[in-house]
Amino acid sequence: MKNSLKKYYPVFALPTTAAFLIAFLIPFILGIYLSFTRFTTVSDAEFVGLSNYIKALTSREFLNSLWFTVKFAAVSLVTVNLIAFTLAMLLTRKIKGTNLFRTVFFMPNLIGGIVLGYIWQLIINGILENFGVTITFDPKYGFWGLVVLMNWQMIGYMMIIYIAGIQNIPGDLIDAARVDGAGSWGILRHVIIPMVMPSITICLFLTITNSFKLFDANLALTDGAPSRQSAMLALDIYKTFYGTVGSQGVGQAKAVIFFLLLAVISLIQLRFTANKEVEA
Amino acid sequence: MKSKKNIIIFIVLVILCLAFLFPVFIVLMNSFKSKLFISSEPFALPTAETFAGLTNYIEGLKKTGFFSAFALSLFITAGSVLAIVIFTSMTAWYITRVKTKLARLTYYAFVFSMVVPFQMVMFTMVKAANVLHLDSPLGLIVIYLGFGAGLSVFMFSGFVKGIPVEIEEAAMIDGCGPIRTFFLVVFPLMKPTTITVAILNAMWIWNDYLLPYLVIGSDYKTIPIAIQYLRGGYGSIDMGAMMAMLVLSILPIVIFYLLCQKHIIRGVVAGAVKG
Repeated sequence: MKNSLKKYYPVFALPTTAAFLIAFLIPFILGIYLSFTRFTTVSDAEFVGLSNYIKALTSREFLNSLWFTVKFAAVSLVTVNLIAFTLAMLLTRKIKGTNLFRTVFFMPNLIGGIVLGYIWQLIINGILENFGVTITFDPKYGFWGLVVLMNWQMIGYMMIIYIAGIQNIPGDLIDAARVDGAGSWGILRHVIIPMVMPSITICLFLTITNSFKLFDANLALTDGAPSRQSAMLALDIYKTFYGTVGSQGVGQAKAVIFFLLLAVISLIQLRFTANKEVEA
Repeated sequence: MKSKKNIIIFIVLVILCLAFLFPVFIVLMNSFKSKLFISSEPFALPTAETFAGLTNYIEGLKKTGFFSAFALSLFITAGSVLAIVIFTSMTAWYITRVKTKLARLTYYAFVFSMVVPFQMVMFTMVKAANVLHLDSPLGLIVIYLGFGAGLSVFMFSGFVKGIPVEIEEAAMIDGCGPIRTFFLVVFPLMKPTTITVAILNAMWIWNDYLLPYLVIGSDYKTIPIAIQYLRGGYGSIDMGAMMAMLVLSILPIVIFYLLCQKHIIRGVVAGAVKG
């Protein structure tokens, strides 16, 4: 069977592989090469060594967007997961209307980033109106606007994963703990949290990577204003490519750094999940 | 005492629910207000003076060509999801069953691509699409197949590893070639993964802004591109039309969600746990 299947490479694997080469692999390799060159159209690339990387890492805008992104990811990580976990605990108590609540909390997750950005722009500007400013007045406003937006979008998603984790805990385990005299707090700390640790790991990494990759909502909500101070990494890279003439090489170098950051995060995640499997 | 506690929790949940729905409600309400009154008092209910009827909707539809954007989004999403489901499931089965070096290498390349953010290949992918004349809605489907292949192949491969080879061998002995074996035996077994892959990709492609904007944005508008287009130059944003178009872009998503809620939630959980 294996031998007869082997000949079918053109039918089974070629269409996907060809599209993959065009849309991913060739652009990826070309992208790495171009990060070491100065170019405007690709064919005019001229080797410049590490100068793009030096420019990227000394660019105030890039460092600012990096710091902005890290802060944003850290704050979102805590708020999204705390609220989502609490909601999941409340929704697994057999309360009336659980399904309806779950439906509502998850709904924002399906709305795209551009639409989310304009919804929250209206609301945040409406509140700031009372103080005579708009969201683009100070990067602080943009920052907290993005945090609220991210929470609105991600809480339902993480909540669903936590609910699945909590529902997988065998009921006897909790009953046994109760018989042994554990209070609600003890059960949470010593039974529920250790049992849903795999879900917690997944949710933490999903929140971090989604925070790092955030682009559409950033573009729609503030477009980086004032003067790119509320631009996150992805938006800063986009603006370097398409907003400034002749800086494509620097943009590509920034993109490589961005990729390496995300690769490191994924490697750490792989470590974590592998360890957990050994324990279980 | 326990029921008392549950009542308090119930009330808290109701309040939270209303808070979650509040943003959508505000947008809906403002879509019926005259555009001059939206930015200045977004939380005020429409009055006889500020009520604008359907003016914003008519204006917005004219400015964005919303219906053709909707049709284009639908075409690109449906076409890409179909292509991804069919081709990546075939590829996943092939590279899992044929244990050649090339197959293993291909698998790792797909898995690797899941880590790479779009910005890394943004510029060069758009160039490749231009050179190969893939800068059309149909070409965009090829791009989505290539860029979305990683996660989908990974998820299908995980499922194929759990299918006993004996089932396929039995079909082969009964005279099925690989193509018939795949479509008559393997593909129907994959249904749960197929639904997950379809939902994850549909959510991504329907809402995606940057990729279609860069590849076909100069000639075509999907819904996110049409919304972003309304922003126009600095300060010239027509808030009335914007509110109306936000409502129109949320509406189909909500309807779709209410119809296939069970599949969507299950798919998202499965995708998160495996991805």
